[in-house]
Amino acid sequence: MSTPSRYWREIPQRYRKEANRCAPCDLIYFPPRLICPECGNRALEKTVLAEKGSLMTYTIIRVPPSQFKDQAPYAVGIVEMDDGVKLTGQVVDCEFDKMHTGMRLQMEFRKMYDVGHSGIICYGYKFVPEY
Amino acid sequence: MRDVAVIGVGITKWGEIWKQSLRDIYVETALLALEDAGVDRVDSMYVGSMSPGLFVGQEHIGALLSDYLGQKHIPAVRVESACASGGVAVRMGFMEVASGISDAVLVSGIEKMTDVGGDEATYALGSAADQEYEGYHGLTFPGLYALIARAHMEKYGTTREQLAMVAVKNHKNGANNPNAQFPFEVTVEQVINSVKVADPLNILDCSPITDGAAAVVLVPAEKAREMKKPVIKIVGSGFATDSFALAQRKEITWLEATYLAGQRAYGMAGKKPEDLDLLEVHDCFTIAEICVTEALGVVEKGRGGAAVEAGETALEGRIPVNTSGGLKSKGHPVGATGVAQVMEVVKQLRGEAGKRQVKDPRVGMTQNMGGSGASTVCHIFEREA
Ligand SMILES: [Zn+2]
Repeated sequence: MSTPSRYWREIPQRYRKEANRCAPCDLIYFPPRLICPECGNRALEKTVLAEKGSLMTYTIIRVPPSQFKDQAPYAVGIVEMDDGVKLTGQVVDCEFDKMHTGMRLQMEFRKMYDVGHSGIICYGYKFVPEY
Repeated sequence: MRDVAVIGVGITKWGEIWKQSLRDIYVETALLALEDAGVDRVDSMYVGSMSPGLFVGQEHIGALLSDYLGQKHIPAVRVESACASGGVAVRMGFMEVASGISDAVLVSGIEKMTDVGGDEATYALGSAADQEYEGYHGLTFPGLYALIARAHMEKYGTTREQLAMVAVKNHKNGANNPNAQFPFEVTVEQVINSVKVADPLNILDCSPITDGAAAVVLVPAEKAREMKKPVIKIVGSGFATDSFALAQRKEITWLEATYLAGQRAYGMAGKKPEDLDLLEVHDCFTIAEICVTEALGVVEKGRGGAAVEAGETALEGRIPVNTSGGLKSKGHPVGATGVAQVMEVVKQLRGEAGKRQVKDPRVGMTQNMGGSGASTVCHIFEREA
């Protein structure tokens, strides 16, 4: 079992959607990076992710990792946020047969699973239909 | 650089091998390759293996396996690049012989996956994806390729049946491979009606959990000629990486690392896709083979599914793909896969592939991929006239 520090380090991203941006490339990176992989710029500025976006593709996970057993089946998608960032995340509060690519989604702060490898309750963002 | 040839190959029956340990599977397989090569001592060893640490709690397997193979004191190291570990090990051996540092290198791949339960195996395989930003959200390996599959279907009109046809084709080839884990045929209906894993992929779209190993011996081509062995040369080697997380790729349906590794291998070999007589590619999931054939330029972008349906990649088709049965039917002991692909191409180029033999091939290619495509290594082989 790992210590909670691994979880704690990701909190700025998972709880507050902190990202950074390369101004010359006009690209946002999430999670934040030290170097822009496109141009090598190291002076990236802090920013926060957009909250809404569109579903690019999705799947219904029916054979889950052990810590997600009580949630399966559940949907995971790639969402293109309105600022151009593409995120992986669960799509919840939507019936599977109503789900479609292009649908509008927004982020909500949710519990991810009860006990992770560090023995603590894990939180983060999930996507719900735009309201 | 010296020309490099593959003079020995070895493989054992793949599957759930309860009776043998990692070291025993390895030694049995490596001995077959040494025997086939007619060599009893090598200068160094590379072992492709993704995660012996998570699968059997054993790291440092380079030294372990060289000891048990009776090759004590030689340089021996494990090479890791997720599911591309075996192919990258081949590249390491190729570079070592080409550079003149060694005259005989044993390259093998191995994974012993069934000593842990299903949950632990899923966890180990998941470690090839981004643990913090993919795994954290409950995304699995079949899930990653399912995301690619849905995007491909919506963008290019690839059908559920076409995905299934990849499995049908590869199982048909694998039925003629005595070393395959699942040497039997399946139908489109069976694939589509099999248990759902990650929509739109079902269990028969996925490669299995497998124990197994494969090994090859590399020497300078000059030495292979002296030894009067069939000279199967490695004429091209290409390796490339891409954005680690699937979401961050420019195009979800395009395997850029595979494209680049292919271009580099074609460039070194002075070959084009039209020069190939057969390919072994990384069909970890049915959709993967479709995307790989597009990225390697053997079919037009977006036509991967249609090409399978038209029989272009069948054993008797325009360009046979996965004559061994692929990962789908032959099995996928992760680190062994890239080496076993090389073995299949060598067997085909020697004319020793039995019932699945392609008619008189001269040039073949392998493509071995790690994670959701963030690493790919390709090799091109040619039989010397
Ligand atoms: Zn930049």
